[in-house]
Amino acid sequence: MTAMTQNAEARPVLELVDITKRFPGVVALNKVSFDVRPGEVHALLGENGAGKSTLMKVLAGKHRPNGGKIILEDEERVFDTPKEAKRSGIVLIHQEQSLVPEMSVAENIFLGSTPRKWGNRVDWKRLHADSTEILERLKCDFSSRDLVSSLSIAKKQMVEIARALVFTPKIVVFDEPTASLTDHEKPVLYDVIRNLQAQGVGIVYISHRMDEIFQLSQRISVLRDGEYTGTVNTAETDEESVTQMMIGRSLELDHASKPSEFGGPMLEVRGLTVKGVCSDVSFTVRKGEIVGMYGLVGAGRSEVAETIFGLRHYTAGEIRLDGQVVDFRSTHDAVTSGIALVPEDRKDQGLVLGMNCRDNMTLAGLSTVSSFGFMKSRDERAVYDRYQQAMKIKSPSWRQRVGNLSGGNQQKIVIGKWLHTHPRLLILDEPTRGIDVGSKAEIHALIKELARSGYAVLVISSEMPEVLGVSNRIIAMYDGRVTAEFDADNVGEDQLVQAITGMTGSTPQAAGAVV
Amino acid sequence: MASAEDVKQGFMLSKNQRAGLLSFLSAQGILVFFLISMLAFSLFSEQFLSQSNIMTVVRQASIIGIIAVGVTVVIIGGNLDLSVGSMLSFSTVLVVDLHDKIGPTNAILVMFAMTLLIGAVNGFLIGFMRLNSLIVTLAMLSAIQGLVLIYSGGQNVDIANQGDTWFAFFGRDYVAGIAVPVLLFGLLAVIVQVVMSFTGYGRRIFAIGGNPVAAVYSGIRKNWCVFSTYLISAFCVACAALVLGSRVMGSQNNVGQGYELLVLAGIILGGTSLLGGAGSIWKTVIGVLILGFIQNGLLLMGYPYYAQWLVTWVIIILAVWLDLAYKRKHLFTTHS
Ligand SMILES: Nc1ncnc2c1ncn2[C@@H]1O[C@H](COP(=O)(O)OP(=O)(O)OP(=O)(O)O)[C@@H](O)[C@H]1O
Ligand SMILES: [Mg+2]
Repeated sequence: MTAMTQNAEARPVLELVDITKRFPGVVALNKVSFDVRPGEVHALLGENGAGKSTLMKVLAGKHRPNGGKIILEDEERVFDTPKEAKRSGIVLIHQEQSLVPEMSVAENIFLGSTPRKWGNRVDWKRLHADSTEILERLKCDFSSRDLVSSLSIAKKQMVEIARALVFTPKIVVFDEPTASLTDHEKPVLYDVIRNLQAQGVGIVYISHRMDEIFQLSQRISVLRDGEYTGTVNTAETDEESVTQMMIGRSLELDHASKPSEFGGPMLEVRGLTVKGVCSDVSFTVRKGEIVGMYGLVGAGRSEVAETIFGLRHYTAGEIRLDGQVVDFRSTHDAVTSGIALVPEDRKDQGLVLGMNCRDNMTLAGLSTVSSFGFMKSRDERAVYDRYQQAMKIKSPSWRQRVGNLSGGNQQKIVIGKWLHTHPRLLILDEPTRGIDVGSKAEIHALIKELARSGYAVLVISSEMPEVLGVSNRIIAMYDGRVTAEFDADNVGEDQLVQAITGMTGSTPQAAGAVV
Repeated sequence: MASAEDVKQGFMLSKNQRAGLLSFLSAQGILVFFLISMLAFSLFSEQFLSQSNIMTVVRQASIIGIIAVGVTVVIIGGNLDLSVGSMLSFSTVLVVDLHDKIGPTNAILVMFAMTLLIGAVNGFLIGFMRLNSLIVTLAMLSAIQGLVLIYSGGQNVDIANQGDTWFAFFGRDYVAGIAVPVLLFGLLAVIVQVVMSFTGYGRRIFAIGGNPVAAVYSGIRKNWCVFSTYLISAFCVACAALVLGSRVMGSQNNVGQGYELLVLAGIILGGTSLLGGAGSIWKTVIGVLILGFIQNGLLLMGYPYYAQWLVTWVIIILAVWLDLAYKRKHLFTTHS
C-alpha cells in the first residue's frame, strides 16, 4: 500500500477533461473527466453500456470525441488513430479480442511494430526471441510460433496482454481482462500489473468483479449512463457504496430461491468419450434442476456441451434426452429436439455482429416467428421487446447493429436468443461473462425461474460464486474427466478447488447421496 | 510483409473530413457518378437519352441482370460463383441444339434440369464438402467450357426454322409494350428480393454470410443453405439461357464467355459487398443498369469494344476501393 500513499500527491500523467461522445441515438459520454497518475491502478466502474469502453477508445484514438480534451503529460493531444496513441505510450487491451487468427502468436504480439532487418525484411529471429521473452514473463505455456486460431480463449487473452508489453508504455488500459481468464491465470496478470506499476506506468482497470477491483486499485471512478458520478480512494470505501454510485441504489441481491422440485431425468450422459477431449463423462440433469459444471479452462466442459449440441461426434458412450438415445448429426437436429446452447464466445459463436438486435435475437427460433416461411415482423418485435425489458438491454432501438452494443449488452442478446427458443434443456457456457453485478443477479434469477417452470439447466462457469449460487448440484471436471459431484448447498470451497485441480480421489461421489 | 494492422491503419489515417467525404461518396457515389456520366454521354450523343436507346440498353442488360440476381444470393451467403459464364454457354447451346431435335418444350425442360444439376454439383462441393467457392467455381468455369466443346464437337449450333417457333417469345417478344427479357428480369428480381428480405430463408442466408460459425451455433443448416444458393444461381442462369437462346436462335459454343465478370461487375457497382452478409437485389439491379449505360455510352461515343472493357474495369476497381474504404472506417473506427 506504500505505492498508493506515494502517488496520492503525484501529478497525473493523463487527464481527460469533459469528454463527450455521441453515437446516433445515444450519448455514450457526457462531459466525463478522468485522470491517471503514474504508478497507480485506477479502476473504472459502471453498468453495462455506461460508457467505460467508449471512454477508453476515445483515449486510445479509436473514437474521435465530440467534445473535450485529452492532456498527456501537461500537453493537449489529439489522437487521430490508435497508432498515434500507441506511439505516445497509450496501450489499450480490448474487451473484444482483436487478434488475427491466421497469424502466429509472435506476429500478433508485434503486429504493426514488427522488427525489421535491412531491406525492410522481417527479422524473424528477433521477432520470436522477443516474443518468447514476453511470453515467459507471462508464464504462458504455448510457443510464439503457435497459430492464434489454435489457442483457447484464455490463451488468446494472454497474447492480447503480451501486446501491451512490447514497449514500456505510459498508460495501459485493461478492459475486462479477466472476463475469459480463470482463477488460475489471474495471479499472473496481477503480477504483470504490479510490475508495470512499479515501473511508474499508469494503469486503468475495467472489471465487473468487485474483489479484483478492491485487490488491485488505488482509486475508483464510476460512470453511470455516460455521466461521471465520482472518484473515491479504494482504501476509504467499500463495495456497497461503490455499487450505490454505479446503479444509483443499493444492489438487489439474487433472492430467488433455487428450484427444489425435480422431475425425471432430462439429460443423461453415460460414459461419453470424445477423442482428445473428454473421456468417460457421466452425469444427469433432471427436469427442473440446475446443474453447475465447474472446472478450469481446458477441462473439457465446453467440449462436452458442444458434443451434446451436435457440434462434435463422440466415439463412445451414450446421450439420452428425456429417455431417448440421441446422436445429433447437426446443431439443427439438437435445436429442433429442444436443446439450447449459449456459447462461450459471444463474438464468434453467439452473434452475427453486422445484423441488428432483433434479427440476432430471433435467429435460433425463426420458425416460431414466421408463418409459411414469411417473417412476422410484429412477433419478432414482441420477442425483442420482451427480452430487452426482462434483461434491461441497453440499445437505442431494435435496429441497432449488435456490434455497436456494449459487451455486456451483447451477451444479454445471446441469452435472450436462446431463452426465446423455449428449450427443454438449456446449456449456458459462461452465461454472465462481461455482465455487470446488477444484471448478473437478474440473469441468475431468470435462470432459476426457468428451472422452476420445468426446464433442465446446465450452467458451465469458471466463477465459484456463480456455480454455488445458482446450481442444485455441481459437477467438477478436470482434464476431460468428471472428478466429483457435489450438493451445491453442502460443499466447501476447498473441496471444489481440489476437485477441479485433480487432487481428489478419482471415484466420483454417488449422485444419489445428494438427492 | 504488410501486416493487417498496417492496412487497417492506412485507412484510418483519413482525417474526419476526408472520411466524411468517403462515406458520402460510397453511400451516394454510385448514383452521383451515374448521373454525371449520363449527363456527359448525353452531351456527346443525342441518341443516348432517347427512349429507344434506353429500352435497348435495359433489354441488353437483362441477361446479365437475370444472372446477377442469382449470383447476388450466393454472394450474400458469403461465397462466389464464377462458373455462371460457361454455364450460360452450356445451357444456351443445349437448348438451341435440342430445340430441333426434341421440340421446344422438352428442350427447355432438359436444359433447366441439366443447369440445375450443374448448380447442384457446385452446391455439393461448396456446401457439403466445404471446398473454397472461388476455386470450385473457377474450376467449374473451365470444366463446363470443356463440356460444351465436347457436346457440340466444336461446331456452332442453330435453330433451322427460326420463323415459326414459339420459342422466339422469350428473347424477341413484347408484352404490354415491354420486352419479355426485361419482364423476366424484373419478375425474378422482385421475387428474389422478397424472399431475401421477408422470409426465414433469406434471414438464414444473411446470417451465414455474416458469421458462418454463429449461424451453425444457431441451429441453421449451413450446408443445405449454401447448397440452395447455388441452385438459385443455376436457375437464374437457365432463365438467362432461355432469353439468350431465343434471341440469337443459334449459338457459338462460347457465348457466355466473360459473363461471370460482367455479372460480378454489376453486383460490385451496385454496392453489394463481396465479404458476404450484406447487400440486396435492388442494388444489383441498379448496378447492372449502370454498367449497361456506361458501356452503351462509350459505344455511342465511338470507343472501340476493348476500350469499354478497360474503362469498365477502372470504374469497378474504383467502386471496390470506395466500398472497402467505407467498410474499414466502419469496422475499425466510428462514424461521429
Ligand atoms: N460504435 C458504436 N456505435 C453506436 N453506439 C455505440 C458504439 N459503441 C458504443 N456505443 C454505445 O455507447 C454506449 C456505451 O458503450 P460502452 O461499450 O462504452 O459500454 P461499457 O461501459 O463498456 O459496457 P460493458 O460493461 O457492457 O462493456 C452503449 O449504449 C453503446 O450501445
Ligand atoms: Mg465495455
